[in-house]
Amino acid sequence: MTTATARPTVPISARDFKSDYNPIWCPGCGDYSVVLSFTRAFASLGLRPENTAVVSGIGCSSRIPAYLTSYGFHGVHGRSLAAAAGLKLARPDLTVVVASGDGDGYSIGGNHFMHACRRNVDMTYVVMDNHVYGMTKGQPSPTTEPDWNSKLSPGGTGVRTFHPLVIALAAGANFVARAFSGDPSGTANVLVEAIKTPGFSFVEILSPCVTFRPEQREWKNAVRPAPVGTTNDPARAARYIMTDDGFNLGILYRGERAPYQPPMGRGNKQPADLEKGFAI
Amino acid sequence: MTDVKKGAGAAARTSVSVAVTGSGGAGVMTAGNMLLAAAAKAGWYGLMVRSSGPQIRGGEAAALCRFATHPLDCLDDRFDVLVAVDWENLHRFADEIPLDSASLLVGDPAQGNPPEVYVKSAARYAQLGIKGIAKAISGSWPNMVVLGVAAGLIGLPKDAVRAVVEKTLKKSRDGLAPSLAAVEAGYEAASRIGGDAKLAPPGPRSEPRWLISGNQAAGYGAVRGGVRFVAGYPITPATEVLEWLAPALADVGGVLVQAEDELASINMIIGASFGGVPSLTATSGPGLSLMIEALGLAVAAEVPIVVVDVMRGGPSTGIPAKSEQSDVSIAVNGLHGDAPRIVVAPNSVSDCLVTTQWAVHLAETLQSPAIVLSDQFFGQTRAVVDRPPDATYAGRRLTAAPNADAYKRYAVTESGISPMAIPGNPGTAYTADGLEHTDRGIPSSGARDHTIQLAKRERKLLGHEYGDFWADIEGEGDIAVVTFGSCTGPVREARSRAAADGVQTRLVSMRLLAPAQADRLAKALAGVKRVLVVEQNHSGQFLKYLRSEFQLPGEVKSFRRPGPLPIRADELHHQLVDWSRA
Repeated sequence: MTTATARPTVPISARDFKSDYNPIWCPGCGDYSVVLSFTRAFASLGLRPENTAVVSGIGCSSRIPAYLTSYGFHGVHGRSLAAAAGLKLARPDLTVVVASGDGDGYSIGGNHFMHACRRNVDMTYVVMDNHVYGMTKGQPSPTTEPDWNSKLSPGGTGVRTFHPLVIALAAGANFVARAFSGDPSGTANVLVEAIKTPGFSFVEILSPCVTFRPEQREWKNAVRPAPVGTTNDPARAARYIMTDDGFNLGILYRGERAPYQPPMGRGNKQPADLEKGFAI
Repeated sequence: MTDVKKGAGAAARTSVSVAVTGSGGAGVMTAGNMLLAAAAKAGWYGLMVRSSGPQIRGGEAAALCRFATHPLDCLDDRFDVLVAVDWENLHRFADEIPLDSASLLVGDPAQGNPPEVYVKSAARYAQLGIKGIAKAISGSWPNMVVLGVAAGLIGLPKDAVRAVVEKTLKKSRDGLAPSLAAVEAGYEAASRIGGDAKLAPPGPRSEPRWLISGNQAAGYGAVRGGVRFVAGYPITPATEVLEWLAPALADVGGVLVQAEDELASINMIIGASFGGVPSLTATSGPGLSLMIEALGLAVAAEVPIVVVDVMRGGPSTGIPAKSEQSDVSIAVNGLHGDAPRIVVAPNSVSDCLVTTQWAVHLAETLQSPAIVLSDQFFGQTRAVVDRPPDATYAGRRLTAAPNADAYKRYAVTESGISPMAIPGNPGTAYTADGLEHTDRGIPSSGARDHTIQLAKRERKLLGHEYGDFWADIEGEGDIAVVTFGSCTGPVREARSRAAADGVQTRLVSMRLLAPAQADRLAKALAGVKRVLVVEQNHSGQFLKYLRSEFQLPGEVKSFRRPGPLPIRADELHHQLVDWSRA
C-alpha cells in the first residue's frame, strides 16, 4: 500500500473534482448534472481526489469516472459492484463510489446488485436510471415500461418492470434513496448522506435520456419530495416504496447494520509460519 | 512394472501401489489419507490420488496410493493391491485401477462377487469379511479395518499407523479404542493373506519433508509471492486452494472473500489489485470460461492478477472430480482481441508452490494477468515431498511516485512497463480503463493510440527475461519429449526406464507456455531428430499450440489421451524404445 507524502491539505472545491476531459453525452442528458452532484458531494465531505475512487461498468452513466479527478475504474459491463467491493475490502481507507445505469446495474449486473446489498460493504452505489439502454441506441432495460416500442422489442417487451429500491431493501442495503438529476443540490445532499452512512448505500437517480426517451423531460414536473421521512424499519420503507409512483424523492431508508469489512492487515504472522502445517 | 530393490530380497519393493475403494461415504479417502500419513511418518515417500464421482455420498470413491523409497511424481502403471470395502461401483474404476495376475484383490464375499473385469485380470482374490470384522468391534468402521489390512500388506510399521489414528481421532474419546482394534484386526487379516507387496525399508531422511497437496502448495506459493487478497467461488477441484488460503491470509494480514460467482471473483481481484494489493483467484474450467471477459480487462487496463486454473475433464460440466489437461487452448488463446497474457504450468505437486509464486511475481512485474494451469491430479493429490527450496520470487510492481510530473498511466516506455499509480498516491489519479486509451488513460478509438497500446502491452511480455525457470530441461539424445504439467512425472519415469534399456532421451517440460519462448525451445531441441509431444487431452491442444508458435525439428509424434486416465510411464517407455529402434 502506498502512503501519500504529507502535503498541506488545502480545502478542495467541487470544481477541483471535475477533470478536463469533456463528457461525450448527448446535449440535455441528465448525467451532466450527476457529475456536478458528485463533485459537490465530494467537496462538501472534504474528500481528497487521491483517497476517492469511482468505479463503473459500461453504459452512458459508466463514463463518469473519466470526468472526475479522483481515481477511477471503468471496467466491464455489469461488474462494477464486484470490482468496487474488491477495492474497498482491500483498501478500507478509500472512499468508494460506484456509478451505474439501469442496464448495467439491473440487467447484466443484477446478481451482483443483490449480493452487494446483502454483503453490505461500506460503499455508495449510484444508479442513473433512464429506463433505456442509451449507449446501444434505445433498447428496453429492466425498468422500461412493458409497452415501450423499440426496434429490438417491437410493440414492447410485455415484461413487467423491476423494482430496484424494494429489491435493495429485501436484499439488505443499509441506505436507500431516490434523487433526480434535475436537482443537483438535492442529489448532492443525498450523496453526502449516502457516503457518510456506513455500509452499502443505494441511490437511484432519475436521470432523463432526452434522446431515446424525450418524454422524460416531463420528469421535472413529476418529481416531489417524499411525503414520508426516513425510516429505519425496512418493512415500512418497502411498503411505502411498493405503492409510490416512482417519483417520490428522498432518503427512504437508513439502517444500522454494521458493514462487512474482514480485518485486512490485522494478521501479523510471517508466510514461513504457515509451513508448520505441512511438516511431517 | 514395479522395481525390485536389489539385495533386499524378492519381497522388498522400492515402490508399491495400493488402491482402496468403496461407495462414496464409506471413508476410503480417510483410510487412504491415514495410510499416506503413516507411510510419511515411517520415512517413505508416497502420494494419494483421489478419484470419485460427482456425488458426495452414494457414488464411487477410490484412494489411489503409491508408496516408495524415493520421491514420486506419478502413479504406477498397475496396482499391487486393491482393497474393496464393497463391489457396488468398483467396475467404474476398472480402467483407473488396472490389476494383473501379480496383483492382490482383497474384498468382502458378503458383498457379492468381484466385478467380471477383475475376475478376468487373474489377480489373486483374498476373501475377507471386512464389514463383519468391523461389526464385531462395537463402534468401529470398515475403513479402519481396511487401513489395517493395507498397512499390513505393504509392511507399514504398526506404530506409525497407530500414531496417525490417535492423532486423527484425538478429539473422539469413544472412537479411538474401537478404531485401533479395527486396525489391529486388519493387520491380523493381512498377515493371514500374506503376499509380496512389502516395501523396502526407507532410506535416511536428509531434507525436511512435507505432506502437501498441489492445491495447498499453490495457496502457499500465492502467499509467498505476496498475494494478500483472494476472492473465489467454490468449484471442484479448486476449492481447497481457497479453503487453505482463507485462514492463511487472515494470519498474514490478508483477506479472502467468497464471491457470488466467478464473474464477481475475478472482478473483485481486479478491483483489489487496482488498489495496489497483489490478488488471486482459483477456479476450474467452467469458472475460467466465465472469467475470460474480465481477464481481457486486466490485459487492457494493465492490472496484475493471478488465476489458478485447476483443470478437470471438460467441456461444460464434464468430469468435475477427475484430471485432464484440456484448458490449454482457452488459457493461451481464449480472450477476444489481441490480448497477451502469461500462462504457466507447474510440473509436480510441490512445484505448484514455486510456479504459483513465480506467476505472482510475473503478473506484478509485468502488470498483466497470469494463468496457472494446475490440474486435478496435482490439486487433489496429497504427496510426501522434500521441502521445496526457497524461491525469491515476489511481487514487485513498478509504482508511480507521489505528484509525479505530468503523470501518464499508460506511458509508452521501451520495456512496455509504465509506473502504476496506486489510489492514495496524490497527484497521479487516473482512470483505469478497459476501453482503448491514450497514454494518459483517456478513452480513444483512434488507430494510432490502438496500435501504440497494443504494441506496448505485447512488448512488455515479449521483452521480459524469464530465465531458466521457463522449462525443466533434462538429458541428451536425439529423441526429445516435450510436455507440461502432470504428464511430466510419467515422462520422467519412462525416460529413466528407457535409459536402463540404453535409450537416451531429452525432456523439455515447459513451465512457461505463454508468451512462447521460441528461441529457448529451439536451443533445447538443437540436434533432435524426433519429438514426442505428450499431453492429457483428446484433441492435442498443446501440440496445436506448439505448432502455431514454434518450429519443431524432425519427425513429430503426438502421444495423447483425454482424462481421467493418467498417461502411464509404461506406455511412454515402450513408445520411446520402439521409436528409437524404428
